[in-house]
Amino acid sequence: MSRSSLLACCLALLTPLVPLAHAADADRTHEYTLDNGLALIVQEDHRAPTAVVQIWYRVGGAYEHDGITGVSHALEHMMFKETESLATGEFSKIVAARGGRENAFTGTDYTAYFQQWSADNVEESFRLEAERMHRLVISDEEFDKEINVVLEERRLRTDDNPQALAMEAAQAVAYQTSPYRQPIIGWEADIEQMTAADLRAWYRRWYVPNNATVVVVGDVDPEAVLALARKHFGPIPARDIVPPKARPEVPQRGTKRVEFGSDKARIPFMVMGFKVPVLTTARAGGEVEEWEIYALDVLAETLDGDASARLPRSLVRGRELASHIDAGFSATSMLPTLFYFSAVPREGVSLAELEQAILAEIDALKQEPPSSEELARIKTQVVAETVFERDSMQHQATIIGSLESVGLDWRLKDDYVDKIRAVTREQVRQVAMKYFTPDTLTVAYLEPEVAP
Amino acid sequence: MSAPLGRIAQCVGVLVAGALLSGQVSANPRIEHWQTDNGARVYFVAAPEIPMLDVRVVFAGGSARDGDKPGLGRLTNELLTEGAGERDADAFNTALGATGARLSNGALRDMAYVELRTLVDPEYAGPALGLLQDALAAPRFDDAALERVKARTLIALKHKQQSPDAIAEETFYANLYPDHPYGTPPEGTPQSVAAISRKDVATFHERYYVAANAVIAIVGAIDRPHAERIAAELAGALPKGTAAPPLPEVAAGSAHEERVEFPSIQSHVRVGLPGMTRGDPDYFPLLVGNHALGGNSLVSILFREIRGKRGLSYSAYSYFVPMDQAGPFVAALQTDRSQEDEAMRVLRATIDDFVKNGPPPADLEAAKQNLIGGFPLRIDSNDKITDYIAMIGFYGLPLDYLETFAGKVAAVTPEAVQDAFARRVAPDRLVTVIVGRSEADGDG
Repeated sequence: MSRSSLLACCLALLTPLVPLAHAADADRTHEYTLDNGLALIVQEDHRAPTAVVQIWYRVGGAYEHDGITGVSHALEHMMFKETESLATGEFSKIVAARGGRENAFTGTDYTAYFQQWSADNVEESFRLEAERMHRLVISDEEFDKEINVVLEERRLRTDDNPQALAMEAAQAVAYQTSPYRQPIIGWEADIEQMTAADLRAWYRRWYVPNNATVVVVGDVDPEAVLALARKHFGPIPARDIVPPKARPEVPQRGTKRVEFGSDKARIPFMVMGFKVPVLTTARAGGEVEEWEIYALDVLAETLDGDASARLPRSLVRGRELASHIDAGFSATSMLPTLFYFSAVPREGVSLAELEQAILAEIDALKQEPPSSEELARIKTQVVAETVFERDSMQHQATIIGSLESVGLDWRLKDDYVDKIRAVTREQVRQVAMKYFTPDTLTVAYLEPEVAP
Repeated sequence: MSAPLGRIAQCVGVLVAGALLSGQVSANPRIEHWQTDNGARVYFVAAPEIPMLDVRVVFAGGSARDGDKPGLGRLTNELLTEGAGERDADAFNTALGATGARLSNGALRDMAYVELRTLVDPEYAGPALGLLQDALAAPRFDDAALERVKARTLIALKHKQQSPDAIAEETFYANLYPDHPYGTPPEGTPQSVAAISRKDVATFHERYYVAANAVIAIVGAIDRPHAERIAAELAGALPKGTAAPPLPEVAAGSAHEERVEFPSIQSHVRVGLPGMTRGDPDYFPLLVGNHALGGNSLVSILFREIRGKRGLSYSAYSYFVPMDQAGPFVAALQTDRSQEDEAMRVLRATIDDFVKNGPPPADLEAAKQNLIGGFPLRIDSNDKITDYIAMIGFYGLPLDYLETFAGKVAAVTPEAVQDAFARRVAPDRLVTVIVGRSEADGDG
């Protein structure tokens, strides 16, 4: 359901929209830009003597093209290896010895690295991140080992996981020209043929201060953090960034379908995706208005915001057609995305029946948009979430970093409650009519199959 | 419930979250502790900064109490939020949704819990706490809800059978605990779940969801008198009852290997044995030692040997799960079938060497530094503090557990680690579970 699990980095970006922070964030959040173009955003949180430091680069799966898919992610792995001053493994040893936790994640729209530790280690984060921003060493020897790790990761996450394969297939089929058709981890052949030289070129192209946002949330003094940022990142020269050529998705004609069987699967599974615009689309002008995106978010909450929402009420309980169902979209993607439904049918229910039932619920929304009671529920939950979200510094930083990285403003999170409150039932009906049509739909079916 | 993949995974991390370490903290929260009139143990931390409230109620009512009906504890727990008091499942969830609160529940082997996160404003907290109380004290166990949750469980059990990792986990527990309640899967089996009746569920609830068997953890923007009122009301709705009886001790096993055929590209490996209890006298040497061996993420020995040096697996780690009785020690990895032999050889040799020769001093020092330096991270949110005080309460750990943690880590010597591992992780008792293809060739 859309409002649960906001903490994992991956899921955070998939929540209905921006999980919000508190209205007072503007008072405790400070934004700076260094002379070399590096953006720095600091949010104070003095509840505990800790801090999270994240650095976001505007590069990810959607920046890639055929033949080099997965290069952003493979590079992320290599960022934990050697630099001009640090031997392989030394970076992580330093972080661990100071009690730190670290990790990184690659998305379609960005690549991000973080450390969580005592707030007095912020300078060490900056020193280490500045080092690997411009002095990374990608040796053939380390690359050859690490690319095997990436292949193992692909097997683990995707190739041995039939539902993940269904998702991958749905995306690859849904998008004809958008780079979102490519898996973030890359196609297997692309990973196998990748070279250290590919990664070096990718690193030189994207890892520059003017393509990065540093986010610090924690028990820190913003001015002191700015001084440290100037000291460590300031000397790194900016370089011109050449963005990838735009590859807008061509208009879809007719519903697309993919159906397959897997001898690893034991239960059927389906994915439906409707193409929808996102906030960046609305900002770019043209035919999409910003309220439409917020109305889509309310629509998602109406269908699947919590256990009282329409899909669990009518399809999991009620008609008892689904064992599990999920719906939602990420309004803060960089490019137009898919509004997803994924579902597992109850025993004896076919995927086709379940698909029809989901389509019927969408039709019902067109006839019967959310009631005032449903809208009140959604608005109360949005306000509550803005408060709950404040409990996780990592989550706060992730919201800020992801918004900035896709070209939206972190202040968006402060306006979110008001924008959602302004959505009317008629607006929800309008977006349901406009975007949920056979010409925007892709469906993937996965059926269990006994091996021959 | 093991949910099928819900949303598309948009991010791909460099490191799998392997180690489920738990354990420690620095600017320590002040834990207040008392008992309600009818015997529920309450742990409270005032956290005034955010206008919200977390309440978690934990019972010794996990799957270790299932008896001859595997899945009973889990099913009972899942049904608590499927209709309670005057409300059926629809009405219950509608009322909850109107409060903006989150209510979640779960049942592991030792414990079953229900937890609420709500705004502290009484307009919302009042009804939300009322619903929590209904879920705990007055679940309806409607026939329709029972049949629906059973059907969902049966599908979840099938779903588990398409995950080589889940199969490895289930097989591992079955092999470590052949004659112990920890050995059965908390979700039950298709046969056992199908046979569970409404009466079974009601009887389980009546026995275990009682005040004398409960721990209530409260963290939020309220004062002690307010917390006392909340605890008294929640516990007051429950019968006093009696605490669950002690679980049987875990018998020592012997080394063996079980292989499960599965058509995956990778082989999923788990190696381990029954490890330690939450209050174990060897807790700190084992915790610190394991942190060096496989718990210190990117710098632990297993990660270095298996992934860093050889690129054999995406994740390679080990951990202890401290439980009421000896929970498992497990070392795990997953690798392409063609590399399985090499990965197993390195895994075994690394553990053998660690146990025989003790921890390399630099690794032990790094582990201690990480545990001590990272202590503040373990209590830097209300969520984490709730986890800790619920754990301290449930397992009866001393209230100064958090304050003394760093000192106890610092005091661990290489000799103590070597001695504890030699006694507790003897390589000649390690059980191995491998899920994957038995033949090394084939197209998977």
